[in-house]
Amino acid sequence: MIATALTFAVTVVCIAMALNLYRLIAGPLAVDRLLALDTLVVNSIALIVLFGMVYATTVYFEAALLFATVAFVGTIAFCKYLLRGNVIE
Amino acid sequence: MLRAVLPHPLLALTLVVVWTLLFNSFTPGTIVTGIIVAISVTKFTSVYWPSDTRVRNPREIIAYMAVFLWDIVLSNIQVARLVLFRSGDRLKSRFVTVPLDVTSPEAIVALAATITLTPGTLSVDVAADNRSIIVHCLDVDDPDALVAGIKERYELRLKRILT
Amino acid sequence: MSLFAEIVITGLLVIGAFFVLVGSMALNKLPDTLQRLHGPTKSTTLGVGSVLVASIIYFNLILEKFTIHELLISLFLFLTAPISAHLLAKAYLHTKD
Repeated sequence: MIATALTFAVTVVCIAMALNLYRLIAGPLAVDRLLALDTLVVNSIALIVLFGMVYATTVYFEAALLFATVAFVGTIAFCKYLLRGNVIE
Repeated sequence: MLRAVLPHPLLALTLVVVWTLLFNSFTPGTIVTGIIVAISVTKFTSVYWPSDTRVRNPREIIAYMAVFLWDIVLSNIQVARLVLFRSGDRLKSRFVTVPLDVTSPEAIVALAATITLTPGTLSVDVAADNRSIIVHCLDVDDPDALVAGIKERYELRLKRILT
Repeated sequence: MSLFAEIVITGLLVIGAFFVLVGSMALNKLPDTLQRLHGPTKSTTLGVGSVLVASIIYFNLILEKFTIHELLISLFLFLTAPISAHLLAKAYLHTKD
């Protein structure tokens, strides 16, 4: 039962990532692309955790945690760049 | 005396919890190392934390978290229904200004984060004088009722928790 | 007990995947940038959070391996999602005009 649900979840998350990728390419504004990129990273965290469950190992969770941290810092830095024109004052 | 060693007890406690979660084990060694790290970090960074936030009713936090989590679930069902069954052009999106009664920065941050994660609303900006939050609503018929709902449901509770 | 845990995990996985998909659909379907911002901040965060809770239950009850890392990831996501959304909205208002 869990194996079927895992296959389903991995498929659905991959479809969601494809949708995000479309917005990343099509998005009319820089903010749209940034939002798509942020969502893509959050979805990839879900994918990493799902793969950790499929292979029954916990070694991937550090990677997921690092992804979350770097995605947050990257989004904030890019927003700062859009707002101020530079990242570090 | 306690304040000299531990300028921010709540921050130190959070650091200990995060440290043990990060190590993924509850052995005494981890917790002792976590306590040492928490004390030194809070001591060396206390210059950057001038204000001293007091939490008044710890029991209210649990009630607030329960309301908050339940509203996240409700908000997601509502947004999912809007996204799946409504064409985007027929959504009545607009900006709403929510006047604030809370004054401390911590309470405003908590309220703004709550607004972003709950039903169909997204906090966009805080007014320059810190007296109101500008909120973007996905689909709203009655803006006044929405503002009253936010004030009654979240702000009143927050006022009892944070001074 | 084990069967009950399996049902809970399956439910959480399906609900989580559904909400992740809804977040991405909102990102694609809605016409305005600020409307699009609603989907990822709410739906995707809840979807990923529910997948992480499923993972905690799966590792601790089914595989009987102690792990609580996922709690940290989901807490981090719930804390950072409003901040990113706030800054993205600000950047949108700033670059629009």
